[in-house]
Amino acid sequence: MAVPALARPGADDPSDDSGDDAAGPDLHGASPRSWKRAFGDIRQAIAQRELWGHLGWQDIKQRYRRSTIGPLWITISMAVTAAAMGGLYSQLFGQPIGTFMPYVTVGFMIWYFISACVLEGTETFIANEGLIRFLPAPLMIYVFRTVWRQVLFFAHNVVVYVIVLVIFFGQLDQPYRMVAKVPGTLDTPGILHPGLSWWALLAVPAFVLIVANGLWVTLLFGIIATRFRDIPPVINSFIQLFFTMTPIIWTPDLLRGGEPGSTRAIVEQLAKLNPFYHFIEIFRAPLVGQEQSWTHWAVVGVITVVGWALALIALRNYRSRVAYWV
Amino acid sequence: MVSIDVQGASVDFPIFDAKNRSLKKSVLGRAGGRITDAKVPVVEALRDIDLSLRSGDRVGLVGHNGAGKSTLLRLLAGIYEPTRGRARIRGRVAPVFDLAVGMDPEISGLENILIRGLFLGMTRKEMERRVDEIAEFTELGDYLSMPLRTYSTGMRVRLALGVVTSIDPEILILDEGIGAVDAAFLEKARDRLRDLVSRSGMLVFASHSDEFLVELCDTAIWMDTGEIKEQGSLREVVSHYKGRDLFETLSPETLKRIGADAPSEARP
Repeated sequence: MAVPALARPGADDPSDDSGDDAAGPDLHGASPRSWKRAFGDIRQAIAQRELWGHLGWQDIKQRYRRSTIGPLWITISMAVTAAAMGGLYSQLFGQPIGTFMPYVTVGFMIWYFISACVLEGTETFIANEGLIRFLPAPLMIYVFRTVWRQVLFFAHNVVVYVIVLVIFFGQLDQPYRMVAKVPGTLDTPGILHPGLSWWALLAVPAFVLIVANGLWVTLLFGIIATRFRDIPPVINSFIQLFFTMTPIIWTPDLLRGGEPGSTRAIVEQLAKLNPFYHFIEIFRAPLVGQEQSWTHWAVVGVITVVGWALALIALRNYRSRVAYWV
Repeated sequence: MVSIDVQGASVDFPIFDAKNRSLKKSVLGRAGGRITDAKVPVVEALRDIDLSLRSGDRVGLVGHNGAGKSTLLRLLAGIYEPTRGRARIRGRVAPVFDLAVGMDPEISGLENILIRGLFLGMTRKEMERRVDEIAEFTELGDYLSMPLRTYSTGMRVRLALGVVTSIDPEILILDEGIGAVDAAFLEKARDRLRDLVSRSGMLVFASHSDEFLVELCDTAIWMDTGEIKEQGSLREVVSHYKGRDLFETLSPETLKRIGADAPSEARP
């Protein structure tokens, strides 16, 4: 009978990092901290897209299990928010509702996606603790699962945009200003936006970029938050702050036209330091026919590259530690 | 080639939320691994494990609670990568650990089967083909469309075993939980597991039950405070661990059965 031998000598040279991991299971040969293992993790997770695709759907169905109209609630709650906020703030800020309502709708749509990626991203490994500790699987499975779930939520909200677009198409398809004329003066505040055109298609690459950022945020913040459990509550309180600072229910047009050196001009410059502003802008401006500056795209591009670099380093160095930390 | 090679592997758990004060004395008890005296206390769950397994090996793991059996199983499953040393696992691994975890209680048995299968590297199509077979093997019938929270422990074990044995894993890793099934099902499962291992598989099985061990394993590893204390033939190792001959408590039927299956073992 075969008695397992104690450590057969020469089975593998410990320095052998080349390995022969043909597409998957044998990812456990090389040193835990290697680029090969990190990219192997990503590659295997992509190969298992049926798994996280299913888990993402499951999460949504789970949330609305035993409710009659199910995920339709996502769409309804978005519609109610857009109508209420759009209606209220258009009056508070004296802005034409026809252009403000679509603006708020798209802003909320993409803000929900971004903030959920940040918030649920920090929880991604913590929430999947049971699976991580009991089933061998690439870490990226859980990252993809979390972001895919947000994409599905987002898809439900697109319906609201389509409805709003149909209602207000008349006001959007021509040049417009976000801010109504100040009565009794010749002031025409705010800039003239060109109105909807085929440039709206830019929203597609914008969304792809935003998803790419959602992935690195989930991966990086997920790893850090698994190790340092103070991070989720901190992020939670900051995200509230960022919501107020980001032009979602207000428009940067209101900040325009300050004298150089005036408080208003300084605030306008400060608003641009908020990274969320640029992410919102590349997606929203095309969809509501607003003028936009290429700076937003440049900022988002740089953040994407730097963020992914950091996330990959974290994946390389701490991938194998996450199972110990959860 | 299905194989597991572990060289000098250690698994250390940092315990971030432990109150340092209460753990200051570096405890070394019979239960649990060593706890070090550091800024972040570390539980040395496994120390210097050397192990080499090949296809056809059927290994039983014995040892006290907290001796490192489950941790070793997770190391072999590739869930924990060693903090020091190396572990190389080749082959498709299918682990069955604590049966309450890793399954979603709110979704149906069928969906849990699908998710399990996808986790173990199957495609959705492959799993859909196997569902009937699993339903038949587990004898759960219409229950499969019920949420998992309505299942008894034994039913969950059936489900988990049904999935892992249907997908032809190359390395099967079982923790002690499978004791919860009834005798008739066990009979069925045993035949299937043996069949599985004989087809170029490998089985590592942690258990406190003599019956289970002799039914499924032919060699054994005795774990003690995170180290391999002894490794060798099942009868020898378990007899040393228990301090009495492993075979003396077994029923004649069991002895006869394994005697027929593995003569070299029944008459050493």
